[in-house]
Amino acid sequence: MDRQIRRMAVALLGLFLLLLAQVNYIQVFAADELANNPANRRLIIQEYEVDRGDILARDARTVLARSVTSRGELRFLRRYPDPHLYAGITGYYSVVFGRSELEQSYNDYLSGRAPALFPTNLVDELLGRPKRGATVITTIDPRLQEVARDALGDRPGAVAAVDPATGEVLVLVSVPSFNPNPLSSHDPATARDAWRALQDAPGQPLLANANDLFYPPGSTFKILTAAAALENGLGPDSEWDNPPELDLPQTESTITNAGGGTCPGGGERVTLARAFQYSCNVIFGEIGLELGGERLAEQSEAFGFEQDVPFDIPFREGQFSTLDSFENDQPAVARSAIGLQDVRANPLHMALVGAAIANDGVLMRPQLVREVRGPQGLVIDEMDPEEWGRPISSETASILTELMESVVEAGTGTAARIPGIPVAGKTGTARYSNEAPPHVWFVAFAPADQPRIAVAVVVLNGGGFGDEASGGRVAAPIARAVIEAYLGTGG
Amino acid sequence: MSEAAAPRGRPRVQLALTVLALVLASGAYALVSLGRTGGITPDVPLVAGLLLAGYLSGHLLVRRLAPTADPVFFPVASLLTGLGFAMIYRLGPDLRTAPQNIALPQGIWMTVALVAFGLTLWLVKDHRQLDAFTYTIGLVGIALLLLPLVPGLGRTVNGAQLWVEIGPLRFQPSELGKVAVVVFLASYLNAKKEILQLAPGRLGPFQLPQARHLGPVLVAWGVSLVILFVQKDIGASLLYFGIFVLMLWLATARGAYLSLGIVLFAIGAVIGASQFGHVESRIDIRLHALDPQIVQDEGYQLAQAQFAMATGGIAGSGLGQGLPTYIPFAYTDFMFAALGEELGLFGSVGVLLLFVVLIGRGFRAALDQSEGFGKLLAAGLATVLGVQAFIIIGGVTRLIPLTGITLPFVSYGGSSLVANYVILALLIRTSAGPAPSLRAREGVGG
Repeated sequence: MDRQIRRMAVALLGLFLLLLAQVNYIQVFAADELANNPANRRLIIQEYEVDRGDILARDARTVLARSVTSRGELRFLRRYPDPHLYAGITGYYSVVFGRSELEQSYNDYLSGRAPALFPTNLVDELLGRPKRGATVITTIDPRLQEVARDALGDRPGAVAAVDPATGEVLVLVSVPSFNPNPLSSHDPATARDAWRALQDAPGQPLLANANDLFYPPGSTFKILTAAAALENGLGPDSEWDNPPELDLPQTESTITNAGGGTCPGGGERVTLARAFQYSCNVIFGEIGLELGGERLAEQSEAFGFEQDVPFDIPFREGQFSTLDSFENDQPAVARSAIGLQDVRANPLHMALVGAAIANDGVLMRPQLVREVRGPQGLVIDEMDPEEWGRPISSETASILTELMESVVEAGTGTAARIPGIPVAGKTGTARYSNEAPPHVWFVAFAPADQPRIAVAVVVLNGGGFGDEASGGRVAAPIARAVIEAYLGTGG
Repeated sequence: MSEAAAPRGRPRVQLALTVLALVLASGAYALVSLGRTGGITPDVPLVAGLLLAGYLSGHLLVRRLAPTADPVFFPVASLLTGLGFAMIYRLGPDLRTAPQNIALPQGIWMTVALVAFGLTLWLVKDHRQLDAFTYTIGLVGIALLLLPLVPGLGRTVNGAQLWVEIGPLRFQPSELGKVAVVVFLASYLNAKKEILQLAPGRLGPFQLPQARHLGPVLVAWGVSLVILFVQKDIGASLLYFGIFVLMLWLATARGAYLSLGIVLFAIGAVIGASQFGHVESRIDIRLHALDPQIVQDEGYQLAQAQFAMATGGIAGSGLGQGLPTYIPFAYTDFMFAALGEELGLFGSVGVLLLFVVLIGRGFRAALDQSEGFGKLLAAGLATVLGVQAFIIIGGVTRLIPLTGITLPFVSYGGSSLVANYVILALLIRTSAGPAPSLRAREGVGG
């Protein structure tokens, strides 16, 4: 009988070894997958036990997002007091759809999980208080944000403004926007309904036009083409032939100046400075062909195109046409030089381009968060301005500043003129298609002699002006409103 | 381990282990209090005091009534109970899991179980005494199993009719019936093992004993089918039939009984599946618990158990810090998942190891016996504990289809606790040999 008893013992031991293996499988090997199953409420409930930190504007008072206590199963509810104005910055915080924008990228701080918060967490834990998250203070200027929104109105587009010396983002307005409140509801049905409505809405409201999406920059890209020319030994007085249209090699297509005719202010030949002031496509096509695709690509890369631009929320980097596409296609080079073809940029990126010129050719890392404060108000993380690159020399920067000033003084951007303040700017009217009105742009900074703000504006598809729309007419006044408000001369 | 001498008569070892169990159990209780309220509630010292009294009484009872017993049994079992108690205190009162305070009744039942434990040790001075009451105990066992079917007594709880209600008292007689059945089988099979080993007949590939000796197998099959079909208790049905077949094999060493048992159980399962959809759906749910279509419905309980353990991970959420209350019936059938969530892999592996030690000592005690009844008794009791723990832990972890049954020593429930402490007392008695009083009367030796 002893043999059977031993066998039985061994058999049972075998069964327990199976249990041991299964327990290891559940709690170790498959643990992540199981725990992240959407039907597992544990992680979400734990997460909502935390008094999530506020997201504030740069004044540390204006609330972009905050937590309020809730009576339901989930303890804290996320609220956005001015939802449409800041949705592209805060993002949403949803039981169903997760997080986006700052709610996502600063989640460790907001949810109190960052190591810096450990001492506070411990005290809260010992006192039986709910865990508190840190407060994220953004660089956004709330007054300016409102000015930009009012100036843009309900026209699809975006406004971005940066402090050129620090890279701090002062304004980030996108239209269309969305309301993160219903998405962040604890009731999954409410969140799903809101989500579905946003999916069906025109213009992808969940993606911010200011930084999540990009568009052909049109003539504002001439800033980069001019920079490439200056960096490669040409000067503002370098001259090119001035025909009414540029016959593109290898094809029958041509590039013409906006409104037709030759470049104004020139004769047989026209200078780079003039061509820039009046945004002459023909001349810039010639410059592009002379420089070649590779130099243009290099210059745009120096400005962060096709690079990973570090930013606190998703940033759709600028795109330049691939060099492969230029092989046997010289017209593509010419069209890229005037910001068409496959060139794309988001408005924040164009504001950074303006800021680099304003900042003596030094491109600062764009920065959306100034500092993070613990629940007691102590600063636990401070974001210092950081140089990200030097796309151009300081000589090039000062020449470009002069060129851009001439645009506002007497060129295509006179609508941005502000009495008493020198403004540097560049218009853009991207006729990317024959079927739709152009995207109109304006990139500017001011005061030109001592820049404090750089702005980029895009109004998509003409903003209601149809084919008559141009950057100077539609986008420049918006940029002017923002600059005026910031420099304190606006009415 | 087999060559090691039986660790008999080492009361100091038992005392040390008991103190360790006490510290762990009181500590777990205190941690629950801390985890749930953020402080040590006034009941913590009180409960610690009561636990101290209970653990020391248990230790002294063994020391007094069975001084030569294996010192591992009581501390291991009482640690399982202590951990279970902390978890029960943690789970209730919560409207989702337990409608009222379940720690108090569990505490009372722990006391009752301790009394039953002492009484068993005191009454059964020599386990061989039980060998004299073979059929009485057998009839009592079957009667207990079928008691819930008596009109006016039986109560159906959660679809299974296994409760008996007399006045305010409600209990599950099948739990105690389990003990009686094992004692009966040990006695009956020990007496009949030679006859059952004979194989005059054949049925296909199986060698079979004479029909009249086969009777008990068929009776056991019938009883387990009644439990399955009338009481709708798959877990108990599987447990009884499994124990019966395994003990038959222990006694006779005939593999044919195992095969026959499997065939008969398979027939029962197939009939059950076709008749009720009861069995089949459980297998389905085990396989598909996490499918989005059923994860919120039929699969909910099992899925929540997986989520609980997975979220607990290696280190666990900490006692009182997880959400085991999301598992329906965490305090009875799903105790293991609740412990796994809050104590992590360390806790669940710890519980498994405690069972392995407990069951292993049971088999050790069986091997140490010189006569067949004692061997069968200890091995049978160890098998009951092992199979029951495997059925429920395997079910909760989705290793096998889920059949609702308590986790011995750990789960909430008086009948289960009392029955398991009677089993523990019998194992201790068997490992110790006759009580000192009896030995004194018989003279030294034995």
